[in-house]
Amino acid sequence: MARALITVPRTAKRGEILEIRALVQHPMETGYRRSSEGDLLPRDLIRRFSCRFVESGKTDDTGVIVIAATLHAAIAANPYLSFNLRAATSGTLAFNWEGDNGFSHREQVALIVT
Amino acid sequence: MKRRIFFANSVGLMASVVVRPVAALTQSDVLTPLVNAYAAGGGVREGRVKFDIAPLVDNGNSVPVEITVDSPMTQAQHVVGIALFNEKNPQNQVAEFTLSPLAGRARVATRIRLALSQQLVAVAKMNDGSCWTHTVEVLVTIASCIEE
Repeated sequence: MARALITVPRTAKRGEILEIRALVQHPMETGYRRSSEGDLLPRDLIRRFSCRFVESGKTDDTGVIVIAATLHAAIAANPYLSFNLRAATSGTLAFNWEGDNGFSHREQVALIVT
Repeated sequence: MKRRIFFANSVGLMASVVVRPVAALTQSDVLTPLVNAYAAGGGVREGRVKFDIAPLVDNGNSVPVEITVDSPMTQAQHVVGIALFNEKNPQNQVAEFTLSPLAGRARVATRIRLALSQQLVAVAKMNDGSCWTHTVEVLVTIASCIEE
């Protein structure tokens, strides 16, 4: 199970622009490196990331994309992403990472907007 | 008075020295087709995008980058996507982002790998189809891909 570190303020004023930071534990193996025995290490990447905002009281699949990303081998190990969100209503931020070898990780963070 | 004029002139001179190499940077032949492919027919112009990266990088394994685009991020006017390409890594794609007005600010930051000293380009696609770019040159002293 991967570990993720997400920084989102717990509360925000309406209209405020928040900074969101998300990091997930993953080697992001490029497929170009060799092991000490000289064998090519197989590629193992996180390919997709998304952060959706789900208004409170709504179901998860009605979320609106805040940001989505397609990542390649040039993204450093333990992919870190930082972006912004304009606080409009209270709700949940749903983070999702997907990658090679069936890698999938989800996180949810509640946000209260006053 | 003379002294004051001298200082004013020297400040102007310094500013021009700092600015000129950036303006004179010609985009690599490797990057131009990638930018045009991403733009998909929309006009590509330089400007509105600001690429924030250290010009001299010690360790290419993890290089912090930040891309900000001059946009109000409203429903009527916003950035729909940002793409990042490199010149000399084994793969030219770094990342493509999709943004929505919900983001409030057209900004993304991440950490990337750089195999060699090379050029990087950030392309921002607006909701009206126009594309804006910023190209930077980065010197890398310890390359990525060497680490075991």
